[in-house]
Parts: sequence; structure tokens; C-alpha cells
Amino acid sequence: MTPGGWYEPGSSPLHRAPAGGKFAALLVLAAAVFALRSPAWLGAICAAVVLAYGVARVPLRRCAGVARSLAVLAAFVFVLQWWLLGAGQALVVCLRVVAALAAANLFTITTRIDDVVSAVEGGLAPLRRFGVRPDRIGLLVGLTLRAVAALSAIAAEVREAARARGAQRSVTAFAVPFLVRTLRHADELGEALAARGEGDG
Amino acid sequence: MIEFEDVGHSYGERVVLTGVDLRLAERRVAFVGANGSGKSTLARMINGLVAPTSGRVLVDGLDPSRQGREVRRRVGFVFTNPDSQIVMPTAGEDVAFSLRRAGLPRRERAERAAALLAEYGLGGYADHPAHQLSGGQKQVLALCAVLALDPAVLVCDEPTTLLDLRNKRRFVELLGGLEQQVVLVTHDLDLLGGFDRVVVIDGGRVVADDEPEPALRHYRALVT
Repeated sequence: MTPGGWYEPGSSPLHRAPAGGKFAALLVLAAAVFALRSPAWLGAICAAVVLAYGVARVPLRRCAGVARSLAVLAAFVFVLQWWLLGAGQALVVCLRVVAALAAANLFTITTRIDDVVSAVEGGLAPLRRFGVRPDRIGLLVGLTLRAVAALSAIAAEVREAARARGAQRSVTAFAVPFLVRTLRHADELGEALAARGEGDG
Repeated sequence: MIEFEDVGHSYGERVVLTGVDLRLAERRVAFVGANGSGKSTLARMINGLVAPTSGRVLVDGLDPSRQGREVRRRVGFVFTNPDSQIVMPTAGEDVAFSLRRAGLPRRERAERAAALLAEYGLGGYADHPAHQLSGGQKQVLALCAVLALDPAVLVCDEPTTLLDLRNKRRFVELLGGLEQQVVLVTHDLDLLGGFDRVVVIDGGRVVADDEPEPALRHYRALVT
């Protein structure tokens, strides 16, 4: 199984752009969509993001995966906001969420985690004199992104096991093994990092 | 040279190891024993993941619980489950992650990682998501990531337990070809043909310490 937002090897301009620059652009885009209120502008940004998927030559199955999960989320947000604030506001909120998440997904699809970690380390290097350890924060970012995949894999296996025992509706049949396995994974990961010399300074 | 001097270990009341005295200088050493015999704990002491509660361990004269950093630079460790050992999303990145500590520039890290993967039969998988590799490939990747730092000693804690027969054989063949001193904790007794020395551990004690054949005969007698 492929959890959303996984690196997809490629050689497009977006793949080759420096990770730091892409990350800064992503932050600007996220700030912009939350500042803008006009559905027309937000729609234009969404269209631009879709265009960027084309420029990055993201395989169709990946696009379909992103589209599917965003559609589910957007529908949920739309219904909720419609009920709370009315259709106009709901559309604006939906477009914002779609634009920001689609762009963030594109970032992870076109950027190696190793490059993200290096960019974070480079960007934080000036803070070294204030006692910040950029390599530690870089590692934290890398492990966070990796944890998403690890936890979704554990969740899928636990769900499968619960289904095999006919307990797919039981909350405890999912939650207990999921927690146990997550904690064990954390233990093993910590041990592996220590063995690889992380934490030796 | 790995030395255990009257090493003991207990988790609270539960004693897992007592009076272990070993000097391991052979190139291929195996620890064999039942589940819970203490063999994994003993292996973890070699790179300081576990500190002995009595006695001491020395690796080339260094104490892993005091000079952990120097020892871990010499001793690589491969775990049973590669999924918890692989920390980065793609195979190439995971090997490059090891090289990060060597202070190499990014491009060189990526090139060295790709070369190393190719050497161990994972050429072309550098950009492949690590979690989508087969079990055997994952364990080879975990091995590559450890070998990237060129350790003098390699400790493997039941690295073949999750592998099928073909991949078990392949993995042990890979280990056989390494120049490193290898300490292998295992249950796969058929794979120890080429080993120099087999240490059998039972109930927290060394009960046999010999060449593979007599040591394994002793172990088989013990469990039947």
C-alpha cells in the first residue's frame, strides 16, 4: 500500500527545483489562500496547482489517489461549512483546503525527504549560535514524515487482523493492538537509531 | 576483539545473564539459544544498547557503556525486523542517512549510497520506497545502511527470522563474504556451516562454546 504523499522519482523542473525554494513557495501559497476570499482567485490557484501536477508529470494513478482523498475531505468540509456558514463560505473554505493540501502533496511527491532534511538543516544553520541543533531538527522532520507511513502500515495490518477475526466494528480490537504495535515500533526505532550512532552527538 | 568479563544482567528481579566470560576473536561467531535465553541481550551489550549490571564488556579495549560513541563507530548492528531499522522513506535515502554522519556532501552521499546498493544486488532501487521492497530486500538494505559506515564488527540479531529459505541463504552468503568480524544471533542452525565458533546460551549462561558441529549437537540435545 502507498500512503499519500510519497516521493515519486522524476526529472521534471519541479523535481529539480531546490527543496528550500519549493518549501518557501508552499508556505507563501498556503498564506495566500488563507488571505484570499474571492472564489475566482482561489479557483485560479487550484487550477494552477493542477497545472503544476502536469508540469511535474505525476503519474495518473498518483493523481487519482490524491484526487480521491481530497474529494472525500472536500465533500465533508463542504457539507459541514454549508450547514454552519452557508454555501458561499463553504465553497471558499473548500477551495482553500483543496489548494493548500494539493500543493503540499505535490511538494512531497516531487521532493526527496533527504533533500527536505538538508534544506531544514541549511535554513536553520544560522540559529546554531543560539544553541539550536539543526541536524536534530532535520532528523525530527525526516522521522515525522516516515512515521506517517509506518503508522498507516501498522493501522492497515491491524485492521486486516481485526477483519480476519470478524471484529471490524470493534473499537478496542483496533485500538489496543494499534497502540501496542505503535509503542513497540517506537522502541525498536529508538534502538535502531542509537545503534546507528544517532544521539552520540 | 570482543571480551565479556564475568558479565551479568537482570531486568529488576529477573536474571537474564550470569557469569558470562568470553573472548571473541574469531571472524565468524554465532550465539545460539532458545527464546529468552539471553542471547539477544548479550549481543546488544557489544554496542552498548544494553549495559551489563555486573562485570564488563570490552570491544577493542573500549567499554561500550562508557565510550558508546567510539564503540558504535566500530560496531554495526542489524536487527530482526528491518521495518524498524529503516528510518528513511527510500532505499537510497536510508543508506545516505548513515553517510550523513561521515560529513560527506549531499551529492557524494547519494552516489556512494547508489554504488553500495548496486554492490549488494539492490541496484536501481535507490529511489524505490523502502517499505515496498520484499522482506529479503529490506534486510539487505538494512545491512547496506550499516555497512555504509564501514564498521569493523557486525552484530546481527536474528536477521533471518523473517526471511524465507532462499533469502535466509542469500543473506548468510552475503555475511560470509564480508571482511568484518560477524557476531550472528540465530535460530537457523543449518546456516552456521561456515562459522568458526558457536556459543550456546541457555538460562542466561554459556553452556557450550565450540566449533559448530559439537556445539550444535549439544544444543540439539538440550532442546530435545
